[in-house]
Order: sequence, then C-alpha cells, then structure tokens
Amino acid sequence: MTRQVRSVSVPHLAGLWALALLSKAADAAYALNFQEPATLIAKEIYNLNMWMMEICVTIFILVFGVMLYSIIRHRKSAGGKPALFHENTKIEILWTVIPIAILIAVAWPVTKTLLAMRDSSNADITIKVTGYQWKWGYDYLKGEGAGIKFMSILATPQAQLDGKAPREENYLLQVDNHMVVPVNKKVRILTTSNDVIHSWYVPALAIQQDAMPGFIRDAWFRADREGIFRGQCAQLCGKGHGYMPIVVEVVPEEKYAAWVAEQRKKMATGAEDQNKVWQLAELIQHGEAVYTKNCVACHQADGKGIPSVFPALDGSKIATGAKIGHIKTVLSGRPGTAMAAFGPQLSDTDIAAVITYERNAWSNKSGDAIQPSEVKAERR
Amino acid sequence: MQKSANGQAQTEAHGHRPEGLRRWLTTTNHKDIGTLYLWFSFTMFIVGGIMALIIRAELFQPGLQLIEPERYNQIVTLHGLIMVFGAIMPAFVGFANWMIPLQIGASDMAFGRLNNWSFWLLIPASLLLVTSLFVPGGAAGVGWTLYPPLSIQMGMGMDLAIFSVHILGISSILGSINIITTVLNLRAPGMTMLKMPMFAWTWLITAFLIIAVMPVFAGAVTMLLTDRHFGTSFFSAAGGGDPVLYQHVFWFFGHPEVYIVILPGFGIISHVIPAFSRKPLFGYTSMVYATASIAILSFFVWGHHMFTSGMPVAGQIFYMYATMLIAVPTGVKVFNWTATMWRGALTFETPMLFAIGFIFLFVMGGFSGLVLAMTAVDVQMHNTYYVVAHFHYTMVAGALFSAFAAVYYWLPKWTGHMYSEMLGKVHFWLTMIFFNMTFFVQHFLGLAGMPRRIPDYALQFADFNAISSIGAFGLGLSQLLFLYIVITCIKGGPKAEAKPWDGAEGLEWEVASPAPYHTWETQPVIK
Ligand code: HEC
Ligand SMILES: [Cu+2]
Repeated sequence: MTRQVRSVSVPHLAGLWALALLSKAADAAYALNFQEPATLIAKEIYNLNMWMMEICVTIFILVFGVMLYSIIRHRKSAGGKPALFHENTKIEILWTVIPIAILIAVAWPVTKTLLAMRDSSNADITIKVTGYQWKWGYDYLKGEGAGIKFMSILATPQAQLDGKAPREENYLLQVDNHMVVPVNKKVRILTTSNDVIHSWYVPALAIQQDAMPGFIRDAWFRADREGIFRGQCAQLCGKGHGYMPIVVEVVPEEKYAAWVAEQRKKMATGAEDQNKVWQLAELIQHGEAVYTKNCVACHQADGKGIPSVFPALDGSKIATGAKIGHIKTVLSGRPGTAMAAFGPQLSDTDIAAVITYERNAWSNKSGDAIQPSEVKAERR
Repeated sequence: MQKSANGQAQTEAHGHRPEGLRRWLTTTNHKDIGTLYLWFSFTMFIVGGIMALIIRAELFQPGLQLIEPERYNQIVTLHGLIMVFGAIMPAFVGFANWMIPLQIGASDMAFGRLNNWSFWLLIPASLLLVTSLFVPGGAAGVGWTLYPPLSIQMGMGMDLAIFSVHILGISSILGSINIITTVLNLRAPGMTMLKMPMFAWTWLITAFLIIAVMPVFAGAVTMLLTDRHFGTSFFSAAGGGDPVLYQHVFWFFGHPEVYIVILPGFGIISHVIPAFSRKPLFGYTSMVYATASIAILSFFVWGHHMFTSGMPVAGQIFYMYATMLIAVPTGVKVFNWTATMWRGALTFETPMLFAIGFIFLFVMGGFSGLVLAMTAVDVQMHNTYYVVAHFHYTMVAGALFSAFAAVYYWLPKWTGHMYSEMLGKVHFWLTMIFFNMTFFVQHFLGLAGMPRRIPDYALQFADFNAISSIGAFGLGLSQLLFLYIVITCIKGGPKAEAKPWDGAEGLEWEVASPAPYHTWETQPVIK
C-alpha cells in the first residue's frame, strides 16, 4: 500500500472555507493537515483520514442538502402546507443498514493499518524512553549503539520563554540532546515513566504512546526519509507539561555510526570524572549547570521554590544540615511527592556538583565540597 | 423567574407559600426548583466561561501572558469540571423539573423534599470547586479526568475537588431517582410509555445512565483519596496497583457521561423541530429505540479514550468497532429530524434556529468522532486540539445549543411573555459564528500536532490560536445578550398565549402562560 499522499483534499477545502470566512489569504503559516508523514504507517494514516473525511463530507452534503431544500422549499412563507406522514419502517431500516455497510467498508482498512502499527517484532534498534517531570531520558538497549544513554531537555533559552528575546523558528521544540536513529531501520520504542504519566508523541512518525510509571509500553517506526522530527509530551504531567519536547533526528547509516562512536567517547570521559577529586569552584560551576537543567523548574533559580508546592532550598534544613541527608534526598527523592529520585537520572559527578552548588548558593554558605565518591558510597 | 400569576385564584388559595429567601430555601415546588437549577446553571456557565476566556487569553499568542503554567492547569481543570457538572447537567435537570411534570400531566415531581435537597447540595459542591483556587497550592491542576499519579502529587485543592465530586454525585443521583419515579408513576392516565413526550423519554434513559455511572466515579475518586492519604496503592505501580486501572474506571463513568449531557438535548430537539415544522416527529418509535441503543452502547466504548494508554490490539479493535457502531443510532436520529422537516411548513423562530444549528454542529462533532474512533488515526490526534474541537462540537454545540433552543421554546410558558424575536435571532447568529470561529480552527491545530493542555506553544500554531481566542471572546460576550433577552422577557413583553407556537404539541401548552404555581392537580386523561 504505497498510495501517494494526495495534496488537494477535503479538509483543505473546509480550511479554505474557514480562511475565506476570515478573509485571510491561505499562506504557509496555516497548516491545515497532518505534518508530512515520514513513515509508511504515517502515510497510511494520512490517507485513511482523508478517505474518512471524504465519506463524511459526502454524507454531510447529502443530509444537509436535503435539509436545505426543505428549508427553502418547505417554508411556511413559501406557502408550504405540512404533510402528515410520520413514519415509514422501510426507510428506517434503510438508513440503519446503509451506515452499517459504510462502517464495515471503513473498518477493514483501518484494522489492517492498526495491526501493522502494533507489530513491533524484529526491530533493528530498541530504545527505552523514560518520561521525567519534565524531560525525556533515552536508553539505547539493543542494536547498534546499545549502551548509550542520555537525558534530553528543553533547549529554548529562558529569554525567549519570557519574551525578552525574539522567538526562533523552533521555539519550544528544541532539546539539548536529539534522539538520533538511522534511516530505514525499524526502531522499537519502549516507553515508561519515572513519576507521572507522560506521552511520547511525534506526529510525523505517527507515534503517540503513553509512558506509564511502573509499566513498559511499546511502539515502533521506520523512518523512510532523513530529517529532524519534532514532537511534544501529549499527556498532562504537571506544570512543565508544555516544556518537554521530543526531537528525533533521522540520519544516514554512516552518520549514525559516527554519532554512536562519539557518544561512546563522551560516556568514557564521564566515567573518568567520577574518580577524580574536584575543586569547590569547579563543582559549583558544574553544579549550577545541572541545577538549571534539572531543578530550576520546581525549586526556582533563586532557590526560593514556590510556597506550599515546592520547598525553598535557600536556607532549608536539608541544604544547610548534614551532607548525608542532602545526598540521600537527592539520590532517592521523596516517594509520593514531586521530588523524584535523581539517583537513576544523574551521574555521581552531577549529583555531587548540584548538591555542592545548593550548599553554597544564595544564603547557603557552607563551603562544603561534595565529591562523586561520597555520592557513590551512598548508592546501593 | 415566575412570580405569582394573575388569575390563578383557585391555586393561590391552596398553597400559602413563604415569601423571599425562605421560599427558595424551603421550596418543594418543581417550578421553583427548576428555576433555581436554571439560574444556578447559568451562573456556573458564566464562571466556567470566564475561566475559558482566561485560557483563551493566555493562548492568544505564544509566550506566557497572564498566568503561570500551574495556574493554567488549574483553570483548565476547573473549567472542565464546572462546565460539565455545574453548567450542563444542572441546566437539563432544571428543564426536567420545570417541564416533565407539565408534559406528563403530573402535579409535581414525585419527591418534593428530595428535589429541594438535590438542588441545594449543588451550592456547597460548587463552592468547594471554586474556592479550591485559593487554598495553599491552588486547585487541582490535573485536567477534569483527574488522572493519577499526577492527582496524587497535588495539594489540598485536589481533596476539595474529590469531595465536590462526591456531593455532585449524590445530587445527580437523587435528581435521577426523582425523575425516574416521576416518569414511571405519575403520568396522566392513558399516557402509555409509547405516548410519552420525547423529552421525558430521553430523560428517563439519562437518569438510568446517571444512576449506573455516578457511583462508579465516586468510587474512583475515593480510591484516589485513600491513595493520597491512607497509604493504599490502587493506582500506584510501586505498591502493586496500576494507573491504567483508574482510567478504566473513570471512562466507564466518563463515556456514558457524555451521553448524559447530550440525550436530554436530543429530547428537546425532538420537540422543537416538529413544532416549527408543523408536522409530527418522524419515526417516534425509532427515536426511542435509537436513544436506548445509544445509552446501552455507551457502556461498551470507554476504551476509545485510552487508545494510547497501551492496550492489547484486540482491545483496540473491539473499542473501535463498538464506537463506530454508535454512529448508527445517532445517524437515525439525524435522519428522522431531517425527515420531520421534509414537506413541513417551516418557520424559523429562535428555538428552531438553535435546533437546526444544533443538528448542523452536532453532526460535525459526530463526524470528527468517527475519525477519532479509527484507532490508527486516533493515535495521531489523541490529546491534541483535534479532540478539543471534537468534544466542544458535541458538548457545547450539542448541549448548549439544545439548552438555548429549550429556553427560547419554553420561556413564554415560564414567564408569560414573549421574548424579543429579533434579539433572539441576533443571539443565535452571533453564537453560531463565534462558536465556529473558536472551535473550527482547532481541528487544524490538532492535525498539525498541537497537544492540548499546554500554556504556551510553538510558533507554527500562533495564527489559528489567535483566531480561536478572538472567537472565544465574541462567543462569551454574545451570552450577555442572552442574559439581557431573558431578563427583559421576565420583566415584560408581549403577553404569551397558553400555546404561543401554533405547531407545538403536548400537555405543557394546555396550561396557562405563565404556568400557574400549581398545575395538573386533576390529571388530564389521554385518549
Ligand atoms: C518536579 C519538581 C521538582 C524537581 C524538578 C526537583 N525537586 Fe526537589 N523537591 C520537590 C518537592 C515537591 C520537594 C518536597 C518534598 C517533600 O514534601 O518532602 C523537594 C525537596 C527537595 C529537597 C529537600 C528540601 C527540604 O528542605 O526538605 C532537596 C534538597 C531537593 N528537593 C533537591 C532537589 C535537587 C538537587 C533537584 C534537581 C536535581 C530537585 N530537587 C529537583 C520538587 C522537585
Ligand atoms: Cu510529560
């Protein structure tokens, strides 16, 4: 089934109606249909939707054509005398049976696409996607690149969010680390979540799969062209719901191999960092970066939190008390609250740095430098 | 709304009722209680509408203009809960109170005090919801579906929402018991079930739906409450529970709920269309069967709200087919209405305009529903603005337009005056145009992939959002005209006859306008 995506279509017409209504010229800023599909399944879905729209519009025109005729010809002012008929079993049966027949005709192709969509067997690459409040984690589990893991966080600068800088083309749809995959390979996605329900939604790849805490769901795609495909979390997940975009970068195979090699190298240097002893200033500097990415959404840049929702860290008992309590809080979080366990998300270096930062920022002036080894000792 | 009517000496002698506030607090009269319900509903419609305007103002352009994201989520949640439970459902209970006894020739509802109680419960329930905005941590910011685990994370605003749902549930269950008993037991002699007015029929079926599903919702939120405070783990995987369980239980309630808000509307339309076509309803019996089929099918389709939650493909196929099947009885209804108009003698007073507007918009909502029913396609549209557009076409257009049709249709009966036909028509056209301006463009936003419930959005969505926001403000402001029309009609206007619409049928038109405080004390006999 490789029907081409048809370009002039019914929603376009309906859209034109809306546009004409508003006497605005149709320009490129008005997307009137699905994003351009990047997989075979996405194309099938595109065509199914078109086809269904055509059926609906036809029925719509028939029904309202009849009604409009009545409205014009059978109005009282046109001298209409009411007829007296008020039932007809034959016609009732007819207009029950015909819709059923239409529905059966529609159900068959949708079912075929659905079955194909759900068959995630024989994947070339398997990636586990974990939703966090409010970022995505990617773990390459199987296939080329297995072992790579990283976090992917909104990269739109704060100034643009605040409207203090002009907004770029991909405002709110940019992340620091793209999920990179090779073109024409079957990629299986396993979704799960660390806290609340999120949903991994990339329209051009025709995937929307909820990420359920404690459970694993799956979906797959095989991108048939290179490109960067953007999506967003689709399930309300708290205040940062609008700020956890997804960026999938589909590249040729050679480029993918190079990316894998580069990631491996990065991870190796990261492992070395864990063993070295850091200076206080270095830790604070790195810690501020970690804090800005991972903690600022709740505890705020000034460390004051949001009263009665997210506690202040500036002057907090934990951040000014014993180191061990602070390390434990960050490593294991507070179950049942929005404070997640960062142990599984961040490296020992990152955790050591962010704790050091919190203990030395704002009015907290402990002078403590926490080393990665201290964090490691608390992990079990 | 209606005070004592002139020329009703025989009935005034019978009931000496308290005046002023005490009259409204203690009343057991179905007309008083109907009036209370309708004003309450309108008030909540304004409250929920203001929340909608805050949402649309925030979304007018990219960036955060008005409110912080957590506030945004709270407003979205309350807008949904208030509109469904505070505005739409009470409006139809109000119509039922006013009209069912009149239509079936009963002197009042079966249980007067219960009726009073089910209304007054709404006040604390709605206060809990609205005041939750002001408690520490604010209201629940989780969407009207209240999905855990997010709802477990919330502050005390969530507990207030849970208690509010409990109270609202009790209120609507009591109301339903009353309606069922009234319809089944108090009909005029000779009015067999298949001679009953469609409005009574649709409400009878709706009331059974309410009794079947409101307790389920109450159970679900109670489990949320114990998960939050008493260490249970119904919905937490870490404790052996499952967040998807909540979704199943919620939508087992939630899907029939959407028919709860629409079926009474179907009943109203089935009165208005024949009245202004001057021709009996086409296919009365098939309308009754279609309503019942919709109600029964509505228990088997809840899974279509969960196509992306992860369910076996066999489950997806089952829910897809079952959902598509609902289109059949719904289609039958639309065809019957069209056939009723065919070769009638049509006039287009405001109730008729709203009824035709209802059919037009509801069919559009039905079609987008069919698109969403196709699981494979739904995956692309779930949780996007396409869904937002879809359910506003069914619920706003469906419930609100039928409610407006009902108000204009029965206002002469309630007040004894005719409303201004010209202003009514202006109200219709403004509502129709701005409604489409607000929601039609949201289909495109959804197709392009804009998720719902986000306070800020990518630039490619900017133009349609601006259009939608302008439409929303127009839609909101147009409703002030409605308020003006209703108030002037209460205060005065041309005198309405007992039967102001020459094509209208039914017992309600045999009592004077305004309807006396007590009606049908001797029941009419139907031949
Ligand atoms: C999703 C919101 C959120 C994020 C992101 C978050 N926290 Fe928290 N944090 C909380 C909440 C809520 C609490 C309070 C938990 C409780 O009620 O015990 C908390 C508590 C804490 C505490 C204890 C404060 C005290 O005085 O009890 C520390 C320390 C802390 N967080 C550090 C961090 C660090 C470090 C990060 C980033 C790596 C972070 N948090 C990210 C929500 C968050
Ligand atoms: Cu999310």
